[in-house]
Amino acid sequence: MTAPIIVTLTVNGEPVSQAVEPRLTLVDFLREAIGLKGTHVGCEHGVCGACTLRLDGVTVRGCLTLAVQCEGATVETIEGMTESGAMKDLQDEFVERNALQCGYCTPGMLMSAAELLERNAMPSREEIREQLSGNYCRCTGYQAIVDAIETTARKRGALGR
Amino acid sequence: MRLKPRAFEYVRARSLQDVFSVLDAHGDEAKILAGGQSLVPALNLRLAAPEIVVDVSAVEALSGITVVDDVLRIGAMSRYIEVATSDLVARHAPMIARAIPYIAHTAIRNRGTFGGSLCNADPASELPACALALKAVFNISSSAGERKIAASDFFLGTYTTALEPNEVLVSVEVPLTGPGSLFYFDEVARRQGDYAMAGLAARAEVRGGVLADARLVFFAVSDMPLAASAASALLEGKAPGSFDAEVVCEALAQTIVPLEDLTTSSATKLHLMKVLTRRALTDFAGKEA
Repeated sequence: MTAPIIVTLTVNGEPVSQAVEPRLTLVDFLREAIGLKGTHVGCEHGVCGACTLRLDGVTVRGCLTLAVQCEGATVETIEGMTESGAMKDLQDEFVERNALQCGYCTPGMLMSAAELLERNAMPSREEIREQLSGNYCRCTGYQAIVDAIETTARKRGALGR
Repeated sequence: MRLKPRAFEYVRARSLQDVFSVLDAHGDEAKILAGGQSLVPALNLRLAAPEIVVDVSAVEALSGITVVDDVLRIGAMSRYIEVATSDLVARHAPMIARAIPYIAHTAIRNRGTFGGSLCNADPASELPACALALKAVFNISSSAGERKIAASDFFLGTYTTALEPNEVLVSVEVPLTGPGSLFYFDEVARRQGDYAMAGLAARAEVRGGVLADARLVFFAVSDMPLAASAASALLEGKAPGSFDAEVVCEALAQTIVPLEDLTTSSATKLHLMKVLTRRALTDFAGKEA
């Protein structure tokens, strides 16, 4: 018996309640069941970081989390973070520095970068690279991404944020 | 290509009793889901295809980090991030706090668990080596009762432990680090967060100016964490800076043949073990000064 289970959670501030198969991953739930396609699917075994999103305030791999594990949880995706403006400066800096080419890794990259800047307001380039070790980018060579994150940290520091 | 786990039944346990009833009914067709950072990839790749998955994240008995008498007790469900940021762990088991940043990446450390890593028993993983070096004791429960297993009896091989299919790891007890305790933890990996090519968890105590109870435990060089007992014995009774690291390295070469893996030959692993040993002994010598 692998009957669907009803899971109730909050996604980007909106309550969601749906019956899901136990084997459905959170990223597939978001993309296929509720149509939020901003969170990307890459390797599906936790290596590439494309599916990085926020669960109860911290980043997780959407492909290594089952939707049924998220009963009562709060999920934030790139759509919600964009709408709230929580990391608009970081996103603008990514555009400014051309920190993306194909853009496939970008939602996960932004999620990881945003969390780093919350935990460490002025990370070194080495610390930024360490954080990004869990997010693969096959286009940019990372240099522009590190630049964008570093610049965002400096600008926030100058603004006293 | 899209990966999909084979269909399974899911139970959200509220108590250890709930976990026991699933395990007793399904045996090794059941899998415990804690943080899921090893199980879910295995499900996605269909390397694991259990009939039933029992989620233990809401089981109170598995949570918490506390000091009880002279041990630090770490609940099996403690996530890496909790362990890494715990003041108690930093004070009483600093080797563990040092080891955790080597595990994977932030998003995985936010989710993966201390007990999950130990039960998964990946030979390249950091925490089994720490548990062995620190002489941790594992508290195990089943519907038949409770038992304790020493770390040295817990790891049996690649992904293999002394846990029976009906048993749950509840917590791990680590003796509190005392005055004069030295530890060293390091690993060599190609990139931050990658599997180690070789790693070392080393500890010793300085008593009356000389080393005692020294243990060099290597990981990613065998099918389980490997205590280098002959090399460790050479450290006993010697002042931290007073001996030739090359003699210790020679003892490693004489007594250990590392298991090669897909990317790293046995000879390279032995070389890295020596590099790590020199670093550890230099570190110990510096702390004495």
